[in-house]
Amino acid sequence: MPYWIYLVISGIFVNNFVLSRFLGICPFLGVSKKTDTALGMGLAVIFVMGVASVITYGLNLLLVIADIEYLQTIVFILVIAALIQLIEIVIKRFAPGLYTALGVYLPLITTNCAVLGVAIMNVTELAKQTVFLAFVNGVASGMGFTLAMLIMAGIRERMELSDIPERFKGFPITLITASIMAMAFTAFAGLSL
Amino acid sequence: MMKNKKLKLNDLVTPFTNGIIKNNATFRLVLGTCPTLAVTTLAMNGIGMGLAVTFVLVFSNAIVSALRNFIPRKVRIPAYILIIATFSTIVEMVTRAFLPDLYSKLGLFIPLIVVNCILLARVESFASLNRVLPSVMDGLGIGLGFTMSITLMGIIREFIGAGTFFGMPINALINADLPMVIFILPAGGFMVFGFMLVIFNTIVEKIENLRGKSK
Repeated sequence: MPYWIYLVISGIFVNNFVLSRFLGICPFLGVSKKTDTALGMGLAVIFVMGVASVITYGLNLLLVIADIEYLQTIVFILVIAALIQLIEIVIKRFAPGLYTALGVYLPLITTNCAVLGVAIMNVTELAKQTVFLAFVNGVASGMGFTLAMLIMAGIRERMELSDIPERFKGFPITLITASIMAMAFTAFAGLSL
Repeated sequence: MMKNKKLKLNDLVTPFTNGIIKNNATFRLVLGTCPTLAVTTLAMNGIGMGLAVTFVLVFSNAIVSALRNFIPRKVRIPAYILIIATFSTIVEMVTRAFLPDLYSKLGLFIPLIVVNCILLARVESFASLNRVLPSVMDGLGIGLGFTMSITLMGIIREFIGAGTFFGMPINALINADLPMVIFILPAGGFMVFGFMLVIFNTIVEKIENLRGKSK
């Protein structure tokens, strides 16, 4: 099996960003009240993670050549912040429809640790490193994030109607729901790829 | 602005104590959830991560507060991120050089201190409005509060999930069917965090109610 298919399955199910790697928990808890906002956030994250993976991967090659790899964190976060601003301007100009759908979520993504996480992971953890694999890893991880967001939003929409003890309302019940989801996702660890 | 006003002792003590209990980053403000869940499989990791965040928070608070009249409002977020990134790079290099064991356990989450919401939240909501010393105390308070809470979570998860207390086996002391491995898996992290939120907030509210009555 080619390595990129392995990356896709691992990113979406086995090493799901939210439920097994604990990246991007803040938007997972904060923006998962409704399915359509969860979907919007998810799509924005997939988009940004794909583009950011390619660009940070290229930049890291430059950092390695110049022998200043210790600047990785600073360079990556600045590039991601600038990139998100740029994406916002570009899609506002050329794809107003997409902008109305994703616009609100774009600024929030700057401090989403999933984006910086995938950028760093691309240059430290991938077994084989090419621009294409970095891109696949970024998109697949974003899809895993979106999947978790969507499931959570679906459950929370139902939960609005149920009778939850006062103290558990809000974050606690969401976390406990996430815990049960994570248990289900643990089963994917048994996949032999 | 309270530029020429003299600092009172209270201006230093209140941010510190507030940071530990009333504004506890993990359980009250629910910030920095990613490292809270990810590194707390061992109690020691909690202490390491907490102190790393405290260091970054104290210094970025100090710098941002010292520069608060120079940073233009419009570019403040990139400026804050740059300051935070500088200190988290320092932490990363120091732990890699002197504590390689801890570095390998915390892994990705040390560079990710940059995007930890605790830092940006405190820098934006406290340090950019207050003087240097109170900001430093706020950093210390919030940082130690964070350290305390994630160490507590680490202790619980390690105790039940691995059957050890700071690395010491506990099976000799109590007779229980431990370890329950689910607690050091991601699922256990979410579960413990959810219940800790409920317990901590209940206790804090009870204490505040009692205080209100005694006044």
